[in-house]
Amino acid sequence: MQNKEEYKNILVYIEQRDGIIQNVSLELISKAKDLAIKSNQKVFVYIPGYKIDEIHAKECFKYGADKCFISNDLLLKDYATETYTKVTTSLINKIKPESVLIGATTIGRDLAPRISARLYTGLTADCTSLDIDEETGNLLMTRPAFGGNILATIICPNHRPQMSTVRPGVMTKTIVNETKTIKIEYVNSSLTKDDLNIEIIETVKEKTQKKNIEDANILVSGGRGIGKKENVETLKNFADEIGGMLSGSRAIVDCGWIEPNHQVGQTGKTVRPEVYFACGISGAIQHIAGMEESELIIAINKNPEAPIFDVADLGIVGDVNQIIPLLSQELKSHKLKKEA
Amino acid sequence: MNIIVCIKQVPDTTEVRIDSKTGTLIREGIPSIINPDDKAGIEAAIQLKEKYNANITVISMGPPQAEIALKEAYAMGVDRVILLTDRAFAGSDTWATSLTLSYAIKKLDYDLIICGRQAIDGDTAQVGPQIAEHLMLPQVSYVSKIEKEDDKLKLKKVFEDGYQIIKVKTPCLITALKEMNNPRYMTVNRIFNVSNTKIVENWSINDIAMDAQLTGLKASPTQVKKIQTKTAKSSGKVHQVEPKEGAKLILEKLQEKFVI
Amino acid sequence: MNFELSEAHKLSQQMFRDFALNEVKPIAGLIDEEERFPVENIPKMAKYGILGIPFPVELGGQGADNLCYAMAVEELSRVCGTTGVIVSAHTSLCAAPIYEFGTPAQKEKYLIPLAKGEKLGAFGLTEPNAGTDAAAQQTVAVKKDNHYLINGSKIFITNAGYADIYVIMAMTDKSAGTRGISAFILEKDMPGFSIGKKELKLGIRGSATCELIFENVKVPLDNLLGQEGKGFKIAMQTLDGGRIGIAAQALGISQGAIDETIQYVKERRQFGKPISAFQNTQFQLADMQTKVDAARWLVYHAAFLKGQKKAYSKEAAQAKLFASEVAMEVTTKAVQLFGGYGYTREYPVERMMRDAKITEIYEGTSEVQKMVIAANILK
Repeated sequence: MQNKEEYKNILVYIEQRDGIIQNVSLELISKAKDLAIKSNQKVFVYIPGYKIDEIHAKECFKYGADKCFISNDLLLKDYATETYTKVTTSLINKIKPESVLIGATTIGRDLAPRISARLYTGLTADCTSLDIDEETGNLLMTRPAFGGNILATIICPNHRPQMSTVRPGVMTKTIVNETKTIKIEYVNSSLTKDDLNIEIIETVKEKTQKKNIEDANILVSGGRGIGKKENVETLKNFADEIGGMLSGSRAIVDCGWIEPNHQVGQTGKTVRPEVYFACGISGAIQHIAGMEESELIIAINKNPEAPIFDVADLGIVGDVNQIIPLLSQELKSHKLKKEA
Repeated sequence: MNIIVCIKQVPDTTEVRIDSKTGTLIREGIPSIINPDDKAGIEAAIQLKEKYNANITVISMGPPQAEIALKEAYAMGVDRVILLTDRAFAGSDTWATSLTLSYAIKKLDYDLIICGRQAIDGDTAQVGPQIAEHLMLPQVSYVSKIEKEDDKLKLKKVFEDGYQIIKVKTPCLITALKEMNNPRYMTVNRIFNVSNTKIVENWSINDIAMDAQLTGLKASPTQVKKIQTKTAKSSGKVHQVEPKEGAKLILEKLQEKFVI
Repeated sequence: MNFELSEAHKLSQQMFRDFALNEVKPIAGLIDEEERFPVENIPKMAKYGILGIPFPVELGGQGADNLCYAMAVEELSRVCGTTGVIVSAHTSLCAAPIYEFGTPAQKEKYLIPLAKGEKLGAFGLTEPNAGTDAAAQQTVAVKKDNHYLINGSKIFITNAGYADIYVIMAMTDKSAGTRGISAFILEKDMPGFSIGKKELKLGIRGSATCELIFENVKVPLDNLLGQEGKGFKIAMQTLDGGRIGIAAQALGISQGAIDETIQYVKERRQFGKPISAFQNTQFQLADMQTKVDAARWLVYHAAFLKGQKKAYSKEAAQAKLFASEVAMEVTTKAVQLFGGYGYTREYPVERMMRDAKITEIYEGTSEVQKMVIAANILK
C-alpha cells in the first residue's frame, strides 16, 4: 500500500483525440480547481499524445491548471491501452497526486481501470459529484448505481491516488481569471515499439444512425395537437438538435404524418427512452401504455386537463409549435456557450 | 480456441436492498438475471465456437444462488461452467473481484477472455480491464464484432463518434457490448441436462490458491460510505407560462438530469 | 406429493416465456389479422427444441417430459393461441402416435425429423360426415400387392399444407366397424394427396385448417402405423394425449387474458381512480384467477400422469373440459372488464376470446369429454 503522506495535489488526465482536447477534460480541470481551493492543493494536468505543445497547455491554464505535464511520442499518436497506461502510471508514480480525475469517455473507461489496477488503488466510475470530506480530507465520490435507483458515495480511504471518472457534461467548465506564470514540463515517455500490443487497421468516423425508436435515448413524439403535417418538421429539427429520434401517437400515424414504425402505443411500440417529449399528445390510455416507463417525461399541451400531465415529470401548458422552436434556440445557444 | 467468458448474475435493478452495516447489497430474495452485456459475451463466444471450433468456459464470482445463472449459460450452449464462491470473497470491490477472477482464470487454458462491458447494478465497467491488467494481457474494450484471422483476432471497437478495426494477438481480453448480438435462448435438452446435476463446478478460495488477505471487503481499496435511494417518481409540476418561459423550464430540467 | 416445479421445469418455463414474448407476441395480432401461418417461427422453435420436447434424444427429441411440453404450449398460447395449437397438433397428434406405435424404421424416417422440427406434422381423422361420430369415417384404404390405395377426404385438419407428415385414419375393412380402421403415415408430396379448401374461422385464424383430399394415393405397406384394424384405438389414444395439449392451450389463453386485463385495469382511470380500485373489478379478477389456477393443476397433473405412464384418460378429459370452459369464461370477462376498448382489435383480448371458443370443440367436444369422464367413473 502507498504512503498517504507522500501524495498531494490533484491530477487531471487530459484526453485529446487527434490533438483536440476533449471538453470533458476541461470540465474536470474546473472541478479540480474547486476541490483544490477547498483543500489547499494544486491542479496538475497531463497530456500524453503527439505534437502536444504550449497551445494545449494554455487551454488548460485557462480553466485553472497550475502546471501542465506533456509527453510526446509517435507511439502515442493514437490511443492504445498499454502505451497510455504505461506513461500515465509512470507520471503518477513520479508526481504522486492525491487524486486523479479522468473523463468517462470510451477512452477514459478503458484507461482508468487499467491504471487503477496497475497502481493497486481504488477507482470510482461515472461520478456525478465530487467533494472533500471535511473531517478526513478524503475525496467523496458520488455515483448512481443499480440502474440509477440509488446514489452511492464511495471513498478510497487508504490507497493513493484516489481515482475517479466523470461523464462528459456533468461538471461545468469555467474560465479562471488569474494571472500566473505558465509552468510546463515535458516528460519522456520511455516507450518502445513492444509497448504497442494492438494494431489499428482502420479508423472510421461516423454517426451511428439509430433505426428503431426502441433504441433511441431521446424521443420527440408528436400527437394530433401539433396541428398539421408540416409541423412534424419542427419536431424533427428539434429531435436532430437534441440527438434524439422522432416518434408519434397513433393519431398522426393514421393521418399519414409519420411512418407507422414510429408509432408509440398499444398498437405501436413500447419505448423506455431516457427522455420522452410528448408534444401535443393528449395522453389516451393506449398511448400511455407505450411510454410510461420513460425515465423523464416532458409534456407540452394546450389543454391543462390533458391526461398526459398525470404521467409527466414536467408539464408545460402551451402551444407546441411556439415552444419547440424556442426550445431549439435555447438548446443551440446553450451548446455554443459550452463550446466557448 | 479456448474461450473464457466472465459473467455476473445481477439483481433486477427495479428492486434494491442494501445491508446498512457494510453498505453492500443483499442479494437474496430479488429476481436475478445474467447481466445483459455478459449474455452478449456468451453469445459471441458460442458464435465463435460455431465458426472456428472452440471450447467455452463460463465463470462467475458470486453467492451460491448465482449457480442458476451458470446453468442458464450452460443451457445456451457452453462447455464448462464454474462458480467461484466463498465467504471470503464477500464485499469485494472491482479491484478485489477482478483479482479473484484472475486467480481462477490462471488455472484454466485460454486464448480469449470475454467480459461484459459493465454490469447493470454496479455500472462501473472496471472489472474487465482490471482482470486484463492482473493477467498482463492486451485489452480491447467496447467490442461489437469479433473475427479470427490467422493467429490474431480482428475486432471492431466502438467509439462515441465512430469505430476502429483492431488486430490483436491472443491471449487477450475484450469487453462486449449488449448491442453486438441477440443472445440465443436455452434449449430444453440442455436445461434438463444441467438441472439437478453437478455440472456447475464450485470453486472456493482454496481451489484457486488465493490468500484471503487479497480478497473481500478488507482488501478492497474503495468502500461505500453512504447510500441514498432515489426519491420515488412523483408526478411533476405543470406550468402554465409564456412559451419562452416554458422553453427555459424545459432546458433547465434537461440540464438537471444531465441530458445535455 | 411434490407440488414444486423442478429447476429444469422452471428454467424451461423461463425460456418459453422469453421466446413467447420476443418472437411470438410481436406478430400474434398480425397473423390473426392476415390469417397467416407464422412460418418464420417454425425454424426458431425447432432450434430450441420446442417441437420435440417429450421425445428421447436418440429420436431427435429433447429428452424432457410431458409436463415440460404442456408448459411450452401454455406459455406460447398465453400470447398466441395459434402458435400453441401448431405445437400441440404437431407434437401430440402426429409425432406422439409414431413414437408410441411406430416401427423402428418409421421412427427413424419420420419421428426424428418431426422431433427435430425439421418437418411439421398433422393428424387426420375428422371427415365431413364423421366428427364426434368418428367411427363413421369413410376414407378407404384398399390393400394391393405392394401398397395401400387410399381414397377419401378429411376436413378441419390443423397444420394442413404446412405439415410434411400426416397420420391419417382410413377404413381397411368396412365390415368390421371400428375394428376395420387403420392408421397410416402419409407424406405431403405423395401423388394424389392434395390440400383442399382452407377454412375461414372465428379464431386461431393464423392456424391452417384445411381439407385433405386423397385420390388414389399409393401408400407403401411400410407406412401402415401399428396393425391393421388397430387404427381407431390408436386414434383414441392419440386424442387422449392431444387433450393435454389443448387443455394447456386453453390454460395459456386464459392466463394471457388475465395478464392483459391486470395491466389495463391499473392504467385505465374512471371516476378519478384506476378501475382496479373498484370492488367489482377485484372480485371478477379473483374469480378468474382462481379458476385458471385450478385448471392449471388439472393440466399439470394429467401431464404428470402421462409422463409416469399411468392411466391418464380421465384426468386429461377433465383438464380439457375444465380448462376450455374456463378459457371461454375468462376471456369473455376480460373483454367486459376492458369495456369498449376490449371490443376493438387494438387490444388483444377480443382475439383471445375468439381463440378460446375452439378449445371447447376440437379434439373432442366438451360433451365427449364428459362421456369419457363418466365412463371412467361409472365403470
